[in-house]
Amino acid sequence: MPMILSHPRTSNFSLGRILNSVVCYLAGVMWFMGLAFEPFTLRTYMSENAMGSTMVEEHFPAGERALATGREFAAHKKKIGGMPVDWLVKTMESQGLEVFTQSFTRKLPFPDENKERYMVRGTNVYGILRAPRASRTEALVLSAPCSEGNSNNQAVGLLLGLARYFRSQVYWAKDIIFLVNEHDLIGMQAWLEGYHHTNTTGGDWSPLQGRGGSIQAALSLELSSDVITSLDLVLEGLNGQLPNLDLANLFHAFCQKIGVLCTIQGKLQRNDWESTSGYSHAAQTMMLMVLKQASGRAWGDHGLFLRYHIEAATIRGVNSFRQYKTDATTVGRLLEGMYRKLNNLLERLHQSYFFYLMPSLTRFVSIGYYMPAFGLLAGILLLRALDLWVQLGASAPGTEDGLAEREQASSPGVLSLLTPVVISHLTGVALYTLPIRSQEMAVQHFPVSETEAVVLTAIAIYTAGLALPHNTHRLLQGEGTEQGWRVLKLAALLYLAVLLGCTALINFSLGFILALSLVPIAAFITPHSPKYPSAVAMVLLSPGCTLLYCVFLFQELQEIPVSLHDGWMLFLSVISQGILDHSLYGSLVYPLLALLVYPCWLLLWNILFWK
Amino acid sequence: MATYRCIIYMLAFIICGSTVFITADIQTNQGKDAESVFLEGVRGTTSDPSLVLSTDTEDQTQSAEKEQNREAIEVETNLVDAPSDNIVNHVHDTMQTTEPPPSEDQTQRFAKDERIWKATEVEENLVADAPPTPKETDHVPETEQTPDVPPELTAKDQFQEELVIRPLHSGDIYASFQFRTLWDTDFLHGSKVSHYRLFPKSLGQVISKFSVRELHISFTQGYWRTMQWGQPFLPSPPGAELWVWFQDTVTDVDVAWKELTNVLSGIFCASLNFIDSTNTVQPSASFKPLGVGNVTDQRFLRYAVLPREIVCTENLTPWKKLLPCGSKAGLAVLMKSEKLFHSSFHSQALHIRPVCTDWKCTSTSWELRQTLNIVLDLHTSGQGKREWSLFKMFSRTLTEACPLASSSKVYVDVTDNPQGELFDLSPATSLLSQAVVLGDRRTYSVYDLTDPATFGQTHSLNMLLRWKAAQSVEMLRPLLHGERYVAGYGLQTGEIHTLVYNNHPYRAFPVLLLDIVPWYLRLYIHTLTVTSKGRSNKPSYIHYQPSKDRLQPHLLEMLIQLPPNSMTEVTVQFERALLKWTEYTPDPNHGFYVGSSVISALVPSVVAMDTNNTQERPLFSSFFPCKEESSYFMRVYTEPLLVNLPTPDFSMPYNVICLTCTVVAVGYGSLYNLLTRTFQVEEPSQGLAKRLANIIRRLRGVPLLS
Repeated sequence: MPMILSHPRTSNFSLGRILNSVVCYLAGVMWFMGLAFEPFTLRTYMSENAMGSTMVEEHFPAGERALATGREFAAHKKKIGGMPVDWLVKTMESQGLEVFTQSFTRKLPFPDENKERYMVRGTNVYGILRAPRASRTEALVLSAPCSEGNSNNQAVGLLLGLARYFRSQVYWAKDIIFLVNEHDLIGMQAWLEGYHHTNTTGGDWSPLQGRGGSIQAALSLELSSDVITSLDLVLEGLNGQLPNLDLANLFHAFCQKIGVLCTIQGKLQRNDWESTSGYSHAAQTMMLMVLKQASGRAWGDHGLFLRYHIEAATIRGVNSFRQYKTDATTVGRLLEGMYRKLNNLLERLHQSYFFYLMPSLTRFVSIGYYMPAFGLLAGILLLRALDLWVQLGASAPGTEDGLAEREQASSPGVLSLLTPVVISHLTGVALYTLPIRSQEMAVQHFPVSETEAVVLTAIAIYTAGLALPHNTHRLLQGEGTEQGWRVLKLAALLYLAVLLGCTALINFSLGFILALSLVPIAAFITPHSPKYPSAVAMVLLSPGCTLLYCVFLFQELQEIPVSLHDGWMLFLSVISQGILDHSLYGSLVYPLLALLVYPCWLLLWNILFWK
Repeated sequence: MATYRCIIYMLAFIICGSTVFITADIQTNQGKDAESVFLEGVRGTTSDPSLVLSTDTEDQTQSAEKEQNREAIEVETNLVDAPSDNIVNHVHDTMQTTEPPPSEDQTQRFAKDERIWKATEVEENLVADAPPTPKETDHVPETEQTPDVPPELTAKDQFQEELVIRPLHSGDIYASFQFRTLWDTDFLHGSKVSHYRLFPKSLGQVISKFSVRELHISFTQGYWRTMQWGQPFLPSPPGAELWVWFQDTVTDVDVAWKELTNVLSGIFCASLNFIDSTNTVQPSASFKPLGVGNVTDQRFLRYAVLPREIVCTENLTPWKKLLPCGSKAGLAVLMKSEKLFHSSFHSQALHIRPVCTDWKCTSTSWELRQTLNIVLDLHTSGQGKREWSLFKMFSRTLTEACPLASSSKVYVDVTDNPQGELFDLSPATSLLSQAVVLGDRRTYSVYDLTDPATFGQTHSLNMLLRWKAAQSVEMLRPLLHGERYVAGYGLQTGEIHTLVYNNHPYRAFPVLLLDIVPWYLRLYIHTLTVTSKGRSNKPSYIHYQPSKDRLQPHLLEMLIQLPPNSMTEVTVQFERALLKWTEYTPDPNHGFYVGSSVISALVPSVVAMDTNNTQERPLFSSFFPCKEESSYFMRVYTEPLLVNLPTPDFSMPYNVICLTCTVVAVGYGSLYNLLTRTFQVEEPSQGLAKRLANIIRRLRGVPLLS
């Protein structure tokens, strides 16, 4: 930065420019932090008339029976050591559902060490409650995962209990599909792809036999204890997609009506917004949502529905040490109420927001409020680009000879521009493809497991990219010109602006976090800045390190702080999960980072080491 | 090729002139060979074939020209359509034109013949009293009734009512009402018909005004679950379906169709007026006339489906009013709407067609069939108990037959329960009837409501079916079954998958698949694939008529051979059109409906399937697998589709309108005001005395004070 200040020609203006950028940056961050301040946000309200004004009554009586069914399910699961398919089929058939099964197999690109699976083989069981006098055009889905160990048995029990109760009711206008999926997301992916007859990720599943038309909404239920203290709502889906806000409103309305504690991001709502702790609570909730959304993962089984334009959420029962407990009957009544309201829908949920952040369950920040925060950051890039453009324009006519000389100057300019762009993108391609492809070789030569091999290869390629500038220069003959780096930087700035802008439109959180770390270096990096401090700053603000900070921040916000070593291990597993999410479910965060963001950062790195 | 041709012949025969065919079948009683023999016989007896041929070819050429004008693409791998039409025409021509009207003693002779035939049946302990199926058993009740009909009814019209109750394997119960009015009159020629007795006047006027030859209309709420319930007696698609054959004297069919739909819309209180050119088609092969007649030119056929039509009491009431006894007496007292609309499936239909009056088909009479089919659910209507009675089903019992009815019967399907081991039926009836229905031999208990003994001491009939054990016998898988769904995601493209199952263990049979797709789904017809058992299955006949935006839908008809025990998948990709913003429905995010596909087929009968079952029949009669009705006609409807189209955010225009109005009002208004106003220095107002003085001065004509 002192170099910019002392630059002979621009010194008069640069202070103003820097001040502009710094003010913009700070304003952006402030704006973002202000979003969690309650007076600045809107109260949630039900937009959908079909769900708002109609009253439904909840009568589900059989919570105890559902829990007994859950225990029976657990016993059968334990006996078989997996999903008790036959028992489920028999139970659902006895309740008068049309029952179908779907088997699937999936070979992961490399072993998943978190969930300890590699070759996955499973079966989904689903029963369809046919609505009377409906013509199989619309359906709702209630799903519960059949998990390993002792978890989620109560969810399956409650699902079966609700199926039995729903079957004897006459008011259904949409078919209801009760789905028990094995191997959580992999099973769900297989089922959804089977239902819609698509194959986006190369899975192997058997075709579905029974369908209920177009699915209007879905809920996924996770319940691991007989009584619960609160219900947590999970909204974040694949690639940061969110369900319509009305689904969250519906959940909140019924929690209020029935008197169940409800949370989002595991955080209860607080009313003391004027106090500092109240604000920081809301800010933490919102930051958690931002971090989860930015990860692009499906944070529950519902996450995969969103791709098919099916509004879905996961409802997770939490049993903590609070005094006040809720039994299964109450949860059943809550779900009954929600399904009856969804059953009343005349159209898909579309009235309310699809792009929002939630600092609490009753408050939301709509796209119109949070976009300026990103706009202020992205504005810096555009201002800098404009500045460079003017500088380039001003310096070109300075030469006497005019056209002939300019052509001479520009021909090496194009080459010097093209070479780093191509080379950094090739590095990106290597980062994207090599880790999975070279895992066998790595395992043979180094004492590591496949998963470690993939993650370490990725880190190695990422680090190797730092040596690029020297290699780029070896390809170029002659010295880079002053003009050259400016053109390169202009291109990099515009590239980054477009990239971040597009990302933020689809997944605001990801775009914003990337902008937070990349905009400062993109704005201020020049070949004239001091090499070592700048290099350290750049590395610290690179996408990989941003990911590391996000891991620590996430743990901190969840109130499970980790030590440095554990944090590092978590960081490694996050990388492997990101790669797996991409190859299993089609999450786009890993390719985005590897193929576009990382090369863009490398371009800036090239500018720093411009000779 | 020869086999295909043969198959098409068979199909066309069954669909067009089932009555004739069955007559022949019974006469020769030889199964498969019957049709060829019959064909030759018909050709032999045609008295003036040249005349018939010439009129036919004229029709053909006319239609061909018109086809070209319509730019219809017709891919015909073998010319199956035209010849079959010709031959069918010959048959009907023969029947209608060449036969002289029968003399009195001829009819008597026929009646005598029938009595003898019936007597032999009785000897075999088979009362050949078929329950109402659309076509095959058509002649049976008719011929049977002849001797019973009171003398005053033989002259003109008669009315029959029936209720069939079939316990389903799923525990649900299927009740099918049929009411038939026959009238030996001529609406179309000669003097105007003005005296109506049993036949509803409103429909008679419709027939004569629009020169209708056949009219089939159905209103259905719900989807028939073939895999759980087996085959229905009369299939119908969800929503409203209307198909009409007009007389060949109608010059402008489209106008007649438009008016007819509006009139019917009024008669049935339904939204049939939404039928227009964008959902009307003229199928070339799937919907042939069901009654007698000599026109099979598709120009006189119109077919339309409204998949979104909702059926409720407002449609039931006008339908009930068409019955001679209304809902006051007879079986119709059971039709209480709160029970009928508390069912899993509800379908009401009305069919008008010309039928033969006697064996030789010397003259035709009009038949009006009103049917009502419902399925009551075990878990909701039955409270989970497998115990059904008339009162539980309809909250009414039967006390009398309709006094105007010549026959009034209740049938209960007891096929699975020959010795009463599964369920008890009370009151028991000794009258049993056996018939081949939809290719399966069924046994029915019959309650004759015209017989006072049926009602017993209580003067009311309340049948009770009580199951002894919860378990039920396995249902035979329906031989033909179809499914349809939309594949893919996103709002740009998609793929329609139609699955057709042939569950017959060893016989292949052809089906006609008819798909009608609205214009706003732009079909990529080059992506059409038909696969069976993993291999491409080339349809032997394809008729495709491309859509025209806002004018006509896509029509796709195919003849596909289904291999035995297979699933055939027909896929075609489409692109979702972006509509004009006024073309969206008020609820655009609900999606847009695509009507059911229609699968029409001659299905090998179940009776002919068991070659091993020789216990009940003598050995000499059971060697060749094709016995009795070797195959039967069946129509299966797939589920309708709900497709989302790209939908603009409709609050956006509202916002834009609000914004622009504000801008115009505030910005433009004030600017305009500023630009057009002339500014003047305001003078201080004059005093009251000065103004008065000026008024007086003006009156006097003296210059005013300033």
